[in-house]
Amino acid sequence: MTVTVPVGLADVTASNDTLRRFLHGLPGVDQVGVEARAAMLATRSIKTTAKAFALDLAIRMVDLTTLEGQDTPGKVRALCAKGRRPDPTDPTCPPVAAICIYGDLVPTAVEALAGSDIHVAAVATAFPSGRAPLDVKLADTKAAVAAGADEIDMVIDRGAFLAGRYLDVYDEIAATKQASGDAHLKVILETGELATYDNVRRASWLAMLAGGDFIKTSTGKVSPAATLPVTLVMLEAARDFRDQTGRQVGVKAAGGIRAAKDAVRYLVVVNEVAGDDWLSPDGFRFGASSLLNDLLMQRQKLATGHYAGPDYFTLD
Amino acid sequence: MPTFDYAPAPESPSIVDIQPSYGLFIGGEMVEPVDGTRFKTVNPATEEVLSEVVAAGPEDVDRAVAAARAAYDGAWSRLSGRDRGKYLYRLARIVQERSRELAVLESIDNGKPIRESRDVDVPLVAAHFFYYAGWADKLAYAGFGADPRPLGVAAQVIPWNFPLLMLAWKIAPALACGNTVVLKPAETTPLTALAFADICRQADLPPGVVNIVTGAGETGRTLVEHRGVDKVAFTGSTEVGRQIARSVAGTRKKVTLELGGKAANVVFDDAPLDQAVEGIVNGIFFNQGHVCCAGSRLLVQESVADELLAGLKRRLTTLRLGDPLDKNTDIGAINSAEQLDKIRMLSEIGETEGAERWSPPCELPERGFWFPPTVFTGVSQSHRIAREEIFGPVLSVLTFRTPTEAVEKANNTPYGLSAGVWTEKGSRILWMAQRLRAGVVWANTFNRFDPTSPFGGYKESGYGREGGRHGLEAYLDV
Repeated sequence: MTVTVPVGLADVTASNDTLRRFLHGLPGVDQVGVEARAAMLATRSIKTTAKAFALDLAIRMVDLTTLEGQDTPGKVRALCAKGRRPDPTDPTCPPVAAICIYGDLVPTAVEALAGSDIHVAAVATAFPSGRAPLDVKLADTKAAVAAGADEIDMVIDRGAFLAGRYLDVYDEIAATKQASGDAHLKVILETGELATYDNVRRASWLAMLAGGDFIKTSTGKVSPAATLPVTLVMLEAARDFRDQTGRQVGVKAAGGIRAAKDAVRYLVVVNEVAGDDWLSPDGFRFGASSLLNDLLMQRQKLATGHYAGPDYFTLD
Repeated sequence: MPTFDYAPAPESPSIVDIQPSYGLFIGGEMVEPVDGTRFKTVNPATEEVLSEVVAAGPEDVDRAVAAARAAYDGAWSRLSGRDRGKYLYRLARIVQERSRELAVLESIDNGKPIRESRDVDVPLVAAHFFYYAGWADKLAYAGFGADPRPLGVAAQVIPWNFPLLMLAWKIAPALACGNTVVLKPAETTPLTALAFADICRQADLPPGVVNIVTGAGETGRTLVEHRGVDKVAFTGSTEVGRQIARSVAGTRKKVTLELGGKAANVVFDDAPLDQAVEGIVNGIFFNQGHVCCAGSRLLVQESVADELLAGLKRRLTTLRLGDPLDKNTDIGAINSAEQLDKIRMLSEIGETEGAERWSPPCELPERGFWFPPTVFTGVSQSHRIAREEIFGPVLSVLTFRTPTEAVEKANNTPYGLSAGVWTEKGSRILWMAQRLRAGVVWANTFNRFDPTSPFGGYKESGYGREGGRHGLEAYLDV
């Protein structure tokens, strides 16, 4: 294993018992309290210069995503073109952070994104359910990396997690991290299936302990996907993890975020819960598809004072 | 400069129409004073003069009480509960319709952040009127007999910390039970009460049912001691509460007092720590700590004290202090120069007594009355800042070792208005709630209010309850 368990936490993963004791020893999350805090932060009023900053930052944080059975090379190429120049009428509009696709389409994306700084993110490990033997999941990961993906979005084994087999989940993430090589590993917790905020906090720590570079809310295939309070709990976990270990892990909110207004709310939460160091594409991402056009529309509205109709924004 | 710098997002003050001077609301109209004098009310955030109001004299108070009596003997006491309820529903709806204006006015006059006046104060005002509107025709089922009768004329004196909300707490149950009222708002925050006078007119409330006389302590004393008054309701300092209790002793007047507090917010080592931090912030920095039930004493279990305090200090660095009308402001202005002096004085005493003072880096505006959020650590029970009500954004942190010690320390105060308990253990919450001598015990939350819940104190925090079914008793002849 190349994964190094953070100093001071080495004993935690010695056995399923020690891991379980550690995770269950984390402070609980009060549901009413965390939802009230998220609701309060959602009332922040972000205007003028602050809004312009937030919209551009949000665009730079987008993992532009297509994860459908009907995806084709043509669809992926169109998405890559969109990601490179989201607003063809405005050269000051920044590109997105990454294009997120299924593993078999990685070569198409790599080719279409050549010469840009946009990352190629592949979902792997039997996405979205994660129900496959470990060697299949690892082969899935290795194939995506070999094809040129530099970010891997894996799913955890929620069944194992809910059954209390935390060490199995840990080992699987660690093995996937190893299989990913130099690629950045995002660990999808699928918080909609974990159901409680306590579980979200535990799964976040588990993923970070096992070497994940990012923790991600959802696959987008399960409802509810990302929510503001869930993301808040994950940001708290990332903040606390860095306090304790010195390693910064990013957070990705994915699924269900469609309006620019919502994206700005997430950035407010990032700002006030985790702080400056998470306010970049290395610290926070949005997994989204239709969000991008609303960001572009609001960006143009802010610059010109009026809304262009939806026909002025490309559908890819 | 922060990476993500929120641009100013001020609510426009143009929605409110503040007149250069106001009279008194007596018998359904604004009238000029007979023997009252005039004084200025200022915006505590800028020290700008907002308007001139009357310090009502004895003659003015006498007229107001007479108007209330006439209204009581006339139409109001003969009105059915259902019809009284209609008026209350109407008041509630107008408050909702004018909520933006009322919120802005409250923030301008009081200094509290618009986020709080908009999201807490004004919605609760409407909720109180709605709630007691519902009781007006159901008093027979309130548990006070088949046909409980009102008391008559109620003299109500309210504080400056929640001007319009305290007005609602007083007026809504009084009217629901069939009383008429003379209300005196605090001298530093009369404007929303005067706006409410306009709402009474808009609602076609019969003249004299609600009368509003502005003024300071002397006007309040004249009102409370007036012989035509049947009921006295006061919210304010324990010192004034004592004077009122003395002055009404031996009279027919029924009294409820809601006075000071020095609430303990008790955090156990198994608490949801991030939410406890939020609760502590909400407990003491909500409304700049100008809250009688504020969680001004943090009692934290020694085994998590360092972790909790680190989290609390980090959280406090994100608090935004400044223009009360900015929608992103968390901490507004201190209500008056006098109150600011008191907070400064007690904070200096805290330092000389040996407690360690800490505030987040925070720039205070040049004009106006401001005080940074402040935390004192290393506080002992014997320190004055652990015993006296500061009524400002100042938190005293004490530690404890066992649940018994927590209860002992929490109860070791002359006050007993509220308390908070933070633990994930349900049985401990119940165990604590049975032992804490406080009118309200919040579990894993703090400073949450609801019209259905009775509110009031133990010991020197006063007597009587406001809110809920219990709140009816104060205004019924039972």
